Amino acid sequence: MNDTRLRLVKIVAPLAVGLGVLLLWEGLVRLYAVPSFILPAPSLIADSLIANFGSLMGSLFVTLRITLAAFLLAVVGGVGLAILFSQNRLIETALFPYAIILQVTPVVSIAPLILIWVGFERTQLALLILAWIVAFFPILSNTTLGLRSADHNLRDLFRLYGASRWQVLTELQLPGALPYMLAGMKISGGLALIGAVVAEFVAGSGTSSGLAWRIIEAGNRLDIPRMFAALLLLSLLGIAIFFVMTALEHFALRRWHESAIKRES
Amino acid sequence: MTVASASHSTLIDIRDVTKTYGSGTLALSQVDAQIERGAFVSLLGPSGCGKSTLLRIIAGLIAPTQGKVDWPASEGGQRPDDIGFVFQDATLMPWARVLENVCLPLKLKGVAAAAAKDRAMAALARVGLADFAQAFPRELSGGMKMRVSIARALVTEPPVLLMDEPFAALDEFTREKLDDDLLELWSGQHWTVIFVTHSVYESVYLSQRVLVMGARPGHVVSEFVIDAPYPRGLAYRQSADYMAQCAAVTASLRKAPA
Repeated sequence: MNDTRLRLVKIVAPLAVGLGVLLLWEGLVRLYAVPSFILPAPSLIADSLIANFGSLMGSLFVTLRITLAAFLLAVVGGVGLAILFSQNRLIETALFPYAIILQVTPVVSIAPLILIWVGFERTQLALLILAWIVAFFPILSNTTLGLRSADHNLRDLFRLYGASRWQVLTELQLPGALPYMLAGMKISGGLALIGAVVAEFVAGSGTSSGLAWRIIEAGNRLDIPRMFAALLLLSLLGIAIFFVMTALEHFALRRWHESAIKRES
Repeated sequence: MTVASASHSTLIDIRDVTKTYGSGTLALSQVDAQIERGAFVSLLGPSGCGKSTLLRIIAGLIAPTQGKVDWPASEGGQRPDDIGFVFQDATLMPWARVLENVCLPLKLKGVAAAAAKDRAMAALARVGLADFAQAFPRELSGGMKMRVSIARALVTEPPVLLMDEPFAALDEFTREKLDDDLLELWSGQHWTVIFVTHSVYESVYLSQRVLVMGARPGHVVSEFVIDAPYPRGLAYRQSADYMAQCAAVTASLRKAPA
């Protein structure tokens, strides 16, 4: 198979599966007259999406904003803390266990506490904190590993030429840690979205207005087509984040890292 | 044959160097050696005889447990701060282009970017890789990567070049070619080379002096002076003199504890 055909198949095959499933879904729902509050037909979901486009897009924007903010803060916090750890083993030994505790405690269980602390009138801030807690650990642990994985001979070479700590960090450790960092960011991008949505579920009613809230609201009203429409937007958002992260990774590593280099076979 | 005291041409004076690692392993025991300025000296021995440890001690990368390494001609007897070091692997930064890799020592020393670039280009030209300045390391063959590594070591024009089994991972043809190229570079400049190898043939071919080392603990067993004139080409590789020297060194190596 040549290259263009392979690429075409890669796009067409999953699309064909998706289209087939949608047609089957639509057909079965119509054939058995399934009530729309149990399983709405894809056409009905599309109708609902169009009818509620304004409010759904508004919610999408709210969720996207929290996700992006949490992700960016996770990158800053994760990379920053990892750099601090790489400079001082004592700080790492002292702090790393708490980073792990933060990570292994399910976000759902901390959410009520954070909400109370932050105050119910500032739900957005609580959501941001919760999404950040979920997103920052993969970046921290991957970057820490990456900073520590610098080639030992290269480290010796830097020492031989009297490199400063700063030079070792910026010329050797950070470029070498980039693939690790990007792998962590790829995981964190998805986790930030999950964190934002889960936290909003816990926050429940009140001032929140993201996609998760639309899902709860639609569920309460048994407006299942709208629930599906919100779900669809949520998955599209997740997919978009994944693609952006993959593109970023490819762009940053394409010239030198094994993971991004195509081999002729 | 060991010179008892450091003469005025001594560049490196290794005195009574002993190294015990934290685990209690005695890696080197009371090594004495003098390296004269401009010499090409090989450290030859089986794996585990401490030859790489000795090289790292000379470079100042690790400290000896006992004894010391003096640089009598340098200021304060201290190691000069621009030693060239070549590892067994090319040890290039994969994310940086060839030119940036060669620039690295100058950059770390604070040489201005434009001047560093010129000097790096000159160093690359010396190893025959001027056309590959903009390539990434992964695009080069093993032999070419090693040339880049040598260019990087030479870019500061160091008084001494320390090489830790630099060609051991290369195929025989590439290795012989690099041996010849290294000799040519050395004859042109006459910096000092300390060359660690486990190949008898390579050590005899390249050097003026071979220090044979034995293991457990690492120590210098014997010393051979190879006085064949340079340039040494294929004719020398095939000469009876070369074969005899190799045989003598091999015999000494056999007697040494491995």
